[in-house]
Amino acid sequence: MTINSTPYDVAIIGAGIVGCAMARRFTLEGARVVLLEKATDILDGASKANSAILHTGFDAPVGSIEVGCIQAGHEEYRRIYRDFGLTLDECGANVVAWSEEEVAKLEQIQQQAVDNNVMDTRLITGDDLRKVEPNLSDRALAAIAIPRESLIDPWSSPYAYLQQSLMNGGEVMLSCEVTGGRFDGSGWKLETTQGLVRANHVVNCAGLYGDLVNSSVFGQAPFTITPRKGQFVVYDKAASRLARSVILPVPTARTKGIVLFRTVFGNLAVGPTAEDQQSRTDSSIDTETLRSLMAAGEAIVPALKGMPVTATYAGLRPATEFKDYQISADAANNWITVGGIRSTGLSGALGIAQYVYGLYRDTGADHTALTDPVIPTARVLTDTANRDWKEKDHGEIVCHCELVTRREIEAALSGPLAAKSLAGLKRQTRVTMGRCQGFFCSARLAELTEGRFVIPMAEGVDK
Amino acid sequence: MIDLTTPIDVAIIGGGPSGLAAATTLKATGVARVVVLERESDAGGIPRHCGHPPFGAREFKRIYTGPAYARKLVQTALAAGVEIHCLTTVVQAREGGELLLALPEGQQVINARRVIYATGVRETPRSARLLGGMRLQGVVNTGALQSMVFLKHMRPFKRPVIVGTELVAISAVSTCAHAGIRPAAMVEPDPRPTARFPFTIYPRLKCVPMHLNTRPVAIHGDKTVSSLEVEDADGARRHIDCDGVILSGMFTPESTLGRMGHLEVDPATGGPVVDQFGRCSDPVYFAAGNLLRPVETAGWCWDEGRRAGARVADDLAERLPNGIETVPVSVQGPVLKYVMPQRLNLKVSRGKDVLQLRLNDIAKGRIIATSGGKTVGQWSVNSRKERRVLLSVSRLDQSAITGPVTMTFTPA
Repeated sequence: MTINSTPYDVAIIGAGIVGCAMARRFTLEGARVVLLEKATDILDGASKANSAILHTGFDAPVGSIEVGCIQAGHEEYRRIYRDFGLTLDECGANVVAWSEEEVAKLEQIQQQAVDNNVMDTRLITGDDLRKVEPNLSDRALAAIAIPRESLIDPWSSPYAYLQQSLMNGGEVMLSCEVTGGRFDGSGWKLETTQGLVRANHVVNCAGLYGDLVNSSVFGQAPFTITPRKGQFVVYDKAASRLARSVILPVPTARTKGIVLFRTVFGNLAVGPTAEDQQSRTDSSIDTETLRSLMAAGEAIVPALKGMPVTATYAGLRPATEFKDYQISADAANNWITVGGIRSTGLSGALGIAQYVYGLYRDTGADHTALTDPVIPTARVLTDTANRDWKEKDHGEIVCHCELVTRREIEAALSGPLAAKSLAGLKRQTRVTMGRCQGFFCSARLAELTEGRFVIPMAEGVDK
Repeated sequence: MIDLTTPIDVAIIGGGPSGLAAATTLKATGVARVVVLERESDAGGIPRHCGHPPFGAREFKRIYTGPAYARKLVQTALAAGVEIHCLTTVVQAREGGELLLALPEGQQVINARRVIYATGVRETPRSARLLGGMRLQGVVNTGALQSMVFLKHMRPFKRPVIVGTELVAISAVSTCAHAGIRPAAMVEPDPRPTARFPFTIYPRLKCVPMHLNTRPVAIHGDKTVSSLEVEDADGARRHIDCDGVILSGMFTPESTLGRMGHLEVDPATGGPVVDQFGRCSDPVYFAAGNLLRPVETAGWCWDEGRRAGARVADDLAERLPNGIETVPVSVQGPVLKYVMPQRLNLKVSRGKDVLQLRLNDIAKGRIIATSGGKTVGQWSVNSRKERRVLLSVSRLDQSAITGPVTMTFTPA
């Protein structure tokens, strides 16, 4: 049992995208922060799989907390990404109408964008759309262009947020699950699998487990998480030239629909589906759904037919019974719940952190913001940037498909956020995420990671 | 870094059997500077981690294990004066033979008068098979398993299921035996195994049950694999308990460089489009070995490499006709899977030129070539699925060919 002599100002539960942004914000504001994560690696829950799009919030519910957070988050990302060395591909998006009924809805969508203060959208004809997207099916009738929808790296970004927290005094505890806790009127004693953690304030960002964390402490939760699964198909890099912008459908009441988008790693992806389920861990994929996604993709861009598939995956979004984010401060208990951060968490994270810090400050907390915080250098894994393989003395290229160097792998296996699983290493370096999915490099990786992973890739055999 | 003071006549991308054979042949025919670019730490290709015989009968009149054969190929090439550069990745292949390389010391651009692509094949991973279930560690292709076992002396699981019954799946059984791994089963969607007799009795000798008419559906588990869900011909589903899955076969040419670059790639073979000289759509580039199509043995690839080397030597000496006057050749219908080469230069067709086809199904009947609505050639065929079919180009009535040639299958 560890009991810290001085309590932390804030304990943040959950090292997903939101938790990482939260740790950064609170650290920058001068708070003493600890981030608690039950998995061995950060970003291992809902955050491990998303569409990697930085949204403008043009289609978010008007007046919602969500739209405010997305827009504040988008703005902050644009302010910091260059200094961090992060990626921003301002590819824009097009909401494409494929039927007359959908054409009729476009104006309504544009009005919603205006109501959300996204003023730079414009209606374009099918012909004009095909001038910028020549590979799009000629069934496309019209579209609304949203210029500032962008692509980012969904793992390097939150990783860099947390890095900045750690470099400026924040702390992280991995494999540390919160199982309960007591509030004594001034501070919390959180029971965790690593012992007691004392903090004056708690921010629950536990994503798919947000309601369960509240229940374990208060006996109840203000919402119930019903995970919504989204499956994706990622095509070979040769396909990325088939689309320039993010191709969005006209949304329905229930879902934003199937999107065709490039990734900053140079692939082209189609997804997600929206499948409600009870399990918080079942991110299984199924062949039929993957086939239907491919058919949907080919209907949008016919040249996708016959293009090899590189990867398939599913993500779980922490949906609740409510439409908006569920962010609430319990001032009497020094507890803030940040739940129901559905599919826009990557876009909203920095904004959510600002918003939550505001709620925290309103409870009377008083810190002095850091005047000159250290800025981390993000991992550069995107195709257009200065990847490590272009530099001298990288050791060797271990993963040939994604051009991952030994130096990058060794760096990802060290430090406070050292990868403890192949999945974590993949997010930090992109090893085995290319077309061969480990055919060529698994053996070398098993050797390089020997003794480092909780579940080893392979065990030694007597010669 | 690669010395750039002397011009490079031929750069060969890939140091497997075909690449090394091409290089050795080029040196033997008197080409001055031949450079093999190999991204792994050792040349030799896939045989390096095939820890079993028989390799080398055709090449060296002796039987070797894979690793010994790979070493022999390397020694032969070095003795002939070939330069082999390992840990050298070709990142881009550009028009005119300009190659962007990544080496441990940094980037380098080289220029070669001719380039031979010999980047081989790999097995289809779980993702591209659209296999369902959870994405878990412990799902590997045979190639990865072999590298773990024979190159790194490691094993990723103890009781896996092997998916597929190609020759490489038999090799997976042997690899498992070497590492003390006991496969729980082999599963094959077809009613009969793909590999030829007598290889198919080997799993039985090793007490590995082979389930035919059994299709893999989904991989289950939490953190690690716990079972493979399969479906039989009647649609009934069941789970086979296991701690890993070996996805064998379903080879696909590693044609990334061509696909990402400027070369025409054939969706049917997955490899670059070539004429009967192995020449790609950019005439500076040639292709050899399993990159051309999935999949042949190391010996076959070695032979193709040797011939590619000879043709490139001819081309450098301006003894090869230009690539302009060719007709495209393609297959149609469900039975024929692909034809290679995909372009024929008829004016210079020689008696020994062949069309290589592969079948999607068991087929007994005739393969008919038509051009401009007329039959220009026919061959009888009686073949199992996934078998190589070789058709002599000399059987084509070349004077009747007026345009693209289409091959179709008519059952007997």
